[in-house]
Amino acid sequence: MNKLGVRLKKKGTPYGVKVPESKLTAKSPIERAPLPEKVIIPLHQNIGAPCEALVKRGDKVLTGQKIGDSEKYVNAPVHATISGEISGTTIVVNPPTAQPIEALVVTSDGADEWVELDVPKNPEALSVKEILDRIRGAGLVGLGGAAFPTHVKLSPPKGTKIDTVILNGCECEPYITSDHRVMLEYGEKVLSGLNIIRKVLSPDTIYIAIEDNKDDAIDHMEELIVAMGLKEDFKIIPLKSKYPMGAEKVLTKMILGREVPIGGLPLHIGVVVHNVSTAKAIHDAVFEGKPFIERVVTVTGAVKNPKNLLVRFGTPLRSLIDYCGGIEGKANEVVLGGPMMGFSQFDLDFPVIKGTNGVIVKESTPIREQDCISCGKCIEVCPMYLMPTVFPRYVKAGRYDACKEAYIDDCFECGACAYTCPANIPIVQYIKVAKRELTKRAANK
Amino acid sequence: MTTEREFLISPGPHLWRGLSVSQIMYFVVIALMFPTGAAIYFFGYRALSVIGVSVATAVLTEYVCKKLRGQAFVMDGSAVVTGLLLGLILPPTIPLWMVAIGSIFSISIVKEAFGGLGHNIFNPALGARAFMTVSFSAQMTTWVLPMGFGADAVTSATPLSGVSDWQQFDPSAYQAMFMGNTAGSLGETSALLILIGGILLLGLGIINWRIPAVYIGMVALMAVALGQDPLFHILAGGLMLGAFFMATDYVTSPLTNRGKIIFSVALGVLTVIIRQLGGMPEGVCYSILFMNAITPLIDRYTKVRPYGLVERVESAS
Ligand code: SF4
Ligand code: SF4
Repeated sequence: MNKLGVRLKKKGTPYGVKVPESKLTAKSPIERAPLPEKVIIPLHQNIGAPCEALVKRGDKVLTGQKIGDSEKYVNAPVHATISGEISGTTIVVNPPTAQPIEALVVTSDGADEWVELDVPKNPEALSVKEILDRIRGAGLVGLGGAAFPTHVKLSPPKGTKIDTVILNGCECEPYITSDHRVMLEYGEKVLSGLNIIRKVLSPDTIYIAIEDNKDDAIDHMEELIVAMGLKEDFKIIPLKSKYPMGAEKVLTKMILGREVPIGGLPLHIGVVVHNVSTAKAIHDAVFEGKPFIERVVTVTGAVKNPKNLLVRFGTPLRSLIDYCGGIEGKANEVVLGGPMMGFSQFDLDFPVIKGTNGVIVKESTPIREQDCISCGKCIEVCPMYLMPTVFPRYVKAGRYDACKEAYIDDCFECGACAYTCPANIPIVQYIKVAKRELTKRAANK
Repeated sequence: MTTEREFLISPGPHLWRGLSVSQIMYFVVIALMFPTGAAIYFFGYRALSVIGVSVATAVLTEYVCKKLRGQAFVMDGSAVVTGLLLGLILPPTIPLWMVAIGSIFSISIVKEAFGGLGHNIFNPALGARAFMTVSFSAQMTTWVLPMGFGADAVTSATPLSGVSDWQQFDPSAYQAMFMGNTAGSLGETSALLILIGGILLLGLGIINWRIPAVYIGMVALMAVALGQDPLFHILAGGLMLGAFFMATDYVTSPLTNRGKIIFSVALGVLTVIIRQLGGMPEGVCYSILFMNAITPLIDRYTKVRPYGLVERVESAS
């Protein structure tokens, strides 16, 4: 019970796993990372189409200037994140896709001179179309990890009624505290962004889901909601911390008791889920006219001083790690994102991109796969109620169709099964192999 | 600063709970120390030697099997568990060479011949006990009263031996049965210490409560339905050890909770029926072995319903 006396009963799920939280930076205020001498801006940072470069070598660019865009609808443009000169192009490899991506390199002139921001005179009067244009123009993508263009997520297909919006402040991945700090330090902007989302989607109900390992954020958001007179509109749902509570499909089930159909999206059941940091960025884009060029990144694990940093996109990982005092101990792995769903990256020249919410330096844990002992623990924890135990077996036997019949499409690769497996079977790895193979086969048909 | 370092790439998730198969096995070994302690207290040197031979032979057999099959031998503790369990379900007076044969059989035939841990269909210890009952029937059904370290062995019937007698069973013996001061297999007599070991495993989340709870509950229910004493059924014979340590064996029990419940209900019914009708006084061993065989079938029909199966959406984008 907090001082406002309003607290809904906490909800919990029997599925998922309890992971050590390791939120080393929960109490560290957001710090601005020093501006790098050069940034690397990949032209493809979202789910959907890649951008075409709008500038060429030698061009002068200003901070916030659009340098890559596409005609395609499912795309988000990219911007220069420092001022200076386009000094060339390079190729980077983003681990999740393993595809080489073209990137522009901007060399700083040290001035950080911004483009003129298009601040709306009367932001309240903006139409839905204008709001969506601003969001697309700012290059916004979902910041929870998937990097899906935000304007697309805010434009449900005709005839789809969105009755519920869930603002996701769960941050169930261990180590990461960027959403947590954003709620504490930019709470007003988050709620203002949520108001914009409300205007666009006009849902009946709006929930804010926060895990109870962030009690201070729950209290803070509650106070702000009351202070801003939004108590009737926004309901905070405290959730018992458990991984992967923050997954969209888990949230719809937990909060609304609704299941997203297999292969579907929350909008198919009238729900849209947005991340708290996305909401803050929506506010910045719509009310302040700011292009999306920076975000909060938790740099943590085996670094000397773990920090929450406000980082310009394109900043190389190396400079962030150095700014945090360098690597300590025997750490030999760098994970982008949370430890459960993140990807390891060996190249420290790789830049922070829109989807990067954390950089975790850690010691790699070797996998010693044994035979499955049929303990059923993976089944107990799977938030999609699958039987993960069958996937490695089917993949080894080349029975990909059997994987499909076991609803492999439902799996969102949260890793709870592999985390808990006593036989240390890299179940998610097998699942990825099967999915890749199934996609390939479907394409060949 | 951070430059000159080799970084590794590994698949996610980048965290592991760290409770490995062999840690689980050694927790089971620790839990089994309670009934083992009872066995040694009540049956003295006989208990020590039977259990010792059983465990040593099991580990040695596992080693030889792995070498013969050209695989790495890992001391994962599973052979120790099998050896311990087998020792605990044998009568105290069994000749040691029979123990060794039973132990070799459990590991080489019941476990390794099927492909080793994770691939076996039957619980190795129970498989060996069934084999020994057939091969050495006289020695496998000779029971003695607890004699500790000093006294001579005095042959006696186990509480369960005469199925038709048990209506006249003297209830004052319950306390002895609960503590373990009665005739029976080495580690099956003390319900109390089995319970302590079992609760330890439940507390650690290593075994699923559904199996012992439903199994024992079902036996009690059946006993009541037949107008017999449920407490007697629960405390007698190998039910407690079987329900907590054998029926809960991961490999040979169903995967899902629903499967586990069906499995345990069937176990309870079978156990009482075999106790009631069968020539063998002991139903637990054969019920579990029978249900082990049925487990793949149960698994096939108790798949969980996946999230979102409600209505399939064809086009997703
Ligand atoms: S099968 Fe997929 S959804 Fe289920 S626990 Fe494993 S990774 Fe998560
Ligand atoms: S958790 Fe691992 S060992 Fe247990 S059933 Fe699942 S895959 Fe098999």
